[in-house]
Amino acid sequence: MDQQPPPFFKRGPAPLALLSFYVALSVALLIVDARLQTLEVLRQGLSMFTHPVQGLAQLPAQFLDTAGSYFASAARLQEESAQLQRSRLESAATLQRSQHIEAENERLRKLLGVKERQQVSGQVAQILYSARDPYARRVIVDKGQQDRVIAGQPVIDDLGIVGQVTRVFPFLAEVTLITDKEQAVPVQVVRTGMRSVVFGLGNGELELRFVPLNADIQNGDLLVTSGLDGIFPPGFPVARVVRIESDTTYTFAQIRCSPVAAVEHFSEVMVLDPRPPVVLPEELAEEVAGQDGKASPKSSRAKKKRPKKD
Amino acid sequence: MQTSYSSSRILLPVRPWFIGFSLSLALLLNFLPTSVWPGVPDWLALVIVFWSVREPRLVGMGLAFLLGLAMDVADASLLGQHALAYVLAAYGGSALSRRILWFPLGQQALQVFPLLLLVQLVQFMVWAMVGADLPGMAYFLGPFLATFLWPLLTLILLLPQHQPVDRDDNRPL
Repeated sequence: MDQQPPPFFKRGPAPLALLSFYVALSVALLIVDARLQTLEVLRQGLSMFTHPVQGLAQLPAQFLDTAGSYFASAARLQEESAQLQRSRLESAATLQRSQHIEAENERLRKLLGVKERQQVSGQVAQILYSARDPYARRVIVDKGQQDRVIAGQPVIDDLGIVGQVTRVFPFLAEVTLITDKEQAVPVQVVRTGMRSVVFGLGNGELELRFVPLNADIQNGDLLVTSGLDGIFPPGFPVARVVRIESDTTYTFAQIRCSPVAAVEHFSEVMVLDPRPPVVLPEELAEEVAGQDGKASPKSSRAKKKRPKKD
Repeated sequence: MQTSYSSSRILLPVRPWFIGFSLSLALLLNFLPTSVWPGVPDWLALVIVFWSVREPRLVGMGLAFLLGLAMDVADASLLGQHALAYVLAAYGGSALSRRILWFPLGQQALQVFPLLLLVQLVQFMVWAMVGADLPGMAYFLGPFLATFLWPLLTLILLLPQHQPVDRDDNRPL
C-alpha cells in the first residue's frame, strides 16, 4: 500500500539520509583538501565572508591595545624615542660601512665572474591574528593578493626568519611559522659552514635533523639560511642551538634549537619579494629538461625544499 | 513548542532572526582572540547543539555544515573538519531532542556533554588522519565548561520567548 504522508506533514528528506549526504560531502572535502589541494578557490570565496567577521572580532583586542598605548606616559615615549635615536646613530656607522663593503663585494664578484647576490626587498605587513587551530603555528598578515603577495614568499622580522607565506587570500595572507610541524628551512651553521635542514616541532622549538653524532655542533651555534632552496635568501639568522642529545642508540644527534626571530610574538613582519629563479648554465638546463619533461629548473629546486603542504 | 518536564509554561514561538543572531554572535565569539586560551568552549558548537535540540525543524545539518565551513576557512584548518563535527552534533541534537527536553536543565546538560565531546573528538580524529599528536588534555576541557554553561545558555536564549502575550509597558521583559 502507498504509505505516503499527506503533503502538510512533509519534512524533507529523512534525517539519516541528510546526515549521510553531509558526512559524505565533508569527508570528500577533507580528502580533496588534504591530498589534492585544489580547493583554494572555494576557500578564497568563503574567506570573503569570514574575514570581515574575523576583523570585527579583533576589534576589542585592538581597542584595548590602542587604549593602553594611548595612556602610556609621555616620559616613556620620549625615553623610547631617545633610545631609538641613539641606536640609529650607533648603527649608522656599521650601516655605512656595510653598504661600502657590499658595493666593494659586488665589484669584486663581478671581477671574478661570480653571479652577484640578489638584493633583498619586501613589504611590511602586520600580523593580525593567529590561526585558532591547536595544531597549527600559523598567523594571518594584512597583505594579500591585492599587494601581489604570492605563496612561498619568506617572512622575516628585525631579528631573523619568521616563516613563509603558504596561502594567499584577496586581502590577507597566511604565514606558516618556522616552528610549525610541517615547515622546514634549509640552514647552515655559521661557525663551521655545515649545511642541514631545520624542522619545526610545533611546540615553539626547532630541530636540526640528519646531523651525524660526530658532527661539530655546539650549544649556542647560530644557524642561518643557506639559500640552497631558492626560496629563502641566504644569510638570515634562523635559530640558535640550545640542547644537544647524543644518544648512541640513534644514528643522528638530537639537536634542539630555539628561533632567533620573535616568532611567537605579535608584531610587524616583512614579506620578502620572491627570489628570481636561479638560471642554470645552458648545458645543465638542457640536462634537467631532458630528465623530467616539463619541470623547469626552478620547480625542481623548489620541490626539494618541499613548499609546505597545507 | 515542546513542554519540558519541570515547567508547564507555554513559550512563544521562536523568531527565526533571533536564531540567526545567536548563531552569528557565537561565530563572532569563536573568532575572538580568547579562543586560543585553553578551556574556552567552542561557542558555535554549543549554540548549534542548543538550537538543534530546541528547534530541530529550523536549525538542521545544512546550516551546521555551512557554519562549519566558515570556521574551517577562518581557522585555516582542513576544509570540512569543523563541518563534519558540527553536522554530526546537529544530527545528534535533533535525534535526541525529544528525550533531552524531557529532563530538567541539569540533566539536560549531562546529555549534551557527549555531543560536545564528539565535536572535539571528530576534529581530533581528522587531525590524527593527517598525522598529528594528541593536543593535550586542555583541548578536551572546553566541552566540560560548555556543559556547565548549558543551563545559563538555555535561560538566555529562551528569554525572548518568555515575553507575555499582552504587553505591559511597565515591565522590562
